[in-house]
Amino acid sequence: MADEIRIDRIRCDGHGLCAELLPELIELDDWGYPLLAPGPVPEHLREHARQAVAACPVVALRLERVAAAIQSGRRA
Amino acid sequence: MRSPVGLLDGPPPAAGAEGLASHEARLGRLPVGSEAQGLIPMLEASGLQGRGGAGFPVGRKWRSVAERSGGRAVVLANGAEGELLSMKDRTLMAARPHLVLDGALLAAEAVGAERIALYVGQEHTAASASLRRAITERGGEVMRRAGVVVAPSGYVSGEATAAVRYLNKGVALPTSTPPRPFEQGVGGRPTLVQNVESLALSALVARFGDAWYREAGRRPAAGPALVTVSGPVARPGVHEIALGTTVSELVAAAGGLQAHVQAALIGGYFGAWLPSEQALALSLDPAALRARGVAFGCGVVAFLPAAVCGVAATADIISYMAAASARQCGPCLFGLRAIAEATGRLAGGTPAPEDLVRISRWSAQLPGRGGCRHPDGAAGLMRSALEVFAEEFSLHQRGACQHGAPQRKAA
Repeated sequence: MADEIRIDRIRCDGHGLCAELLPELIELDDWGYPLLAPGPVPEHLREHARQAVAACPVVALRLERVAAAIQSGRRA
Repeated sequence: MRSPVGLLDGPPPAAGAEGLASHEARLGRLPVGSEAQGLIPMLEASGLQGRGGAGFPVGRKWRSVAERSGGRAVVLANGAEGELLSMKDRTLMAARPHLVLDGALLAAEAVGAERIALYVGQEHTAASASLRRAITERGGEVMRRAGVVVAPSGYVSGEATAAVRYLNKGVALPTSTPPRPFEQGVGGRPTLVQNVESLALSALVARFGDAWYREAGRRPAAGPALVTVSGPVARPGVHEIALGTTVSELVAAAGGLQAHVQAALIGGYFGAWLPSEQALALSLDPAALRARGVAFGCGVVAFLPAAVCGVAATADIISYMAAASARQCGPCLFGLRAIAEATGRLAGGTPAPEDLVRISRWSAQLPGRGGCRHPDGAAGLMRSALEVFAEEFSLHQRGACQHGAPQRKAA
């Protein structure tokens, strides 16, 4: 089992806190909206990912548990 | 290349709506009760895939609604047809309203739905008038359950969650998923959102069986399909083909090309450009197209004359797509707008340094970053343009054009 970050793109307003707290997996595009690295959150970044999810002012992020076998590179 | 029974068999579509008597004389009555019960497995066995653009298997979609419905589901027949290059849904609804209605009634029976909403694009007035008349012709029971809902103009109005939201809240913009419409749709009920051509085909499968459907295609493809051809052909417009037909055969059926063409847009504004020789050799088989990274989409085949600049044609499309954004998600609103502006500068002979490089980067960043697939579709179109018109794009970055002075094609 692993976690993947999901972003509700309609909620997201580009505050950018997620990229500050989890730069290993999240970059911002030219307008400040997140670009997410594909795949599950590596074990050693789990705590940072939780903090990034909790910090989002519009609650646009969540962690979704995925079975290792069906991890998707990108959300379909 | 036509199958023995097709969607547009019978009186010529230009003659207007086929009435109930003619429809039933030609195709027989709608199977009901126990006959209709076996329809979901039959649709699964047929291999019928949705014709709205995404190509999702129809039987599996019906089953997922049926499993949750408890008899309280809703059928939303999608005839919004916001795709500018597509005419097939409005043509089908206008000419064969009873076949569409048959499909919607069978779907309602199979998934356990009471209410049927026929969601028809605002501009498609002949289609909505024809469906309304057809409902009246069916009388009491159908009149009580089914009704036409006029969909507001706009490319995204026909997106499944946007259609559901319009029925719920009067706003035809996509919503975040989950929940998807089959889980929680109109009035919170499990909702089957199904394109009108898919419903009409389901009504033919119910009558003639899944083997008929498979044989109506050209192996390995299955089924007939409506496609819309545009560009310099003798008879542009809607044509019915057996899936698996090649684009060059379709062109022959449309009376042949009347000018040199350089490329074709396959699948519509969500589709991809291909150089014309490659496009003509293509087999219009959704699975084969997918394997080549091309989507059958809603069956659009649009030719670009050799005399028209591919950069200018792409600028027109991408600026339309940017304007059509629901403006709910930043990457789509800002990213698509920036791509459209840069492409417009290139097309108009006023390139900014690095425009081409930035278009390429932004297009690569867009997929998967919207609440719906609008940015994915537009980015795919853009990436295909950069590939097919690569030479022309580099010329434009230097302020030149193979077609004379760079100039935006008049809209």
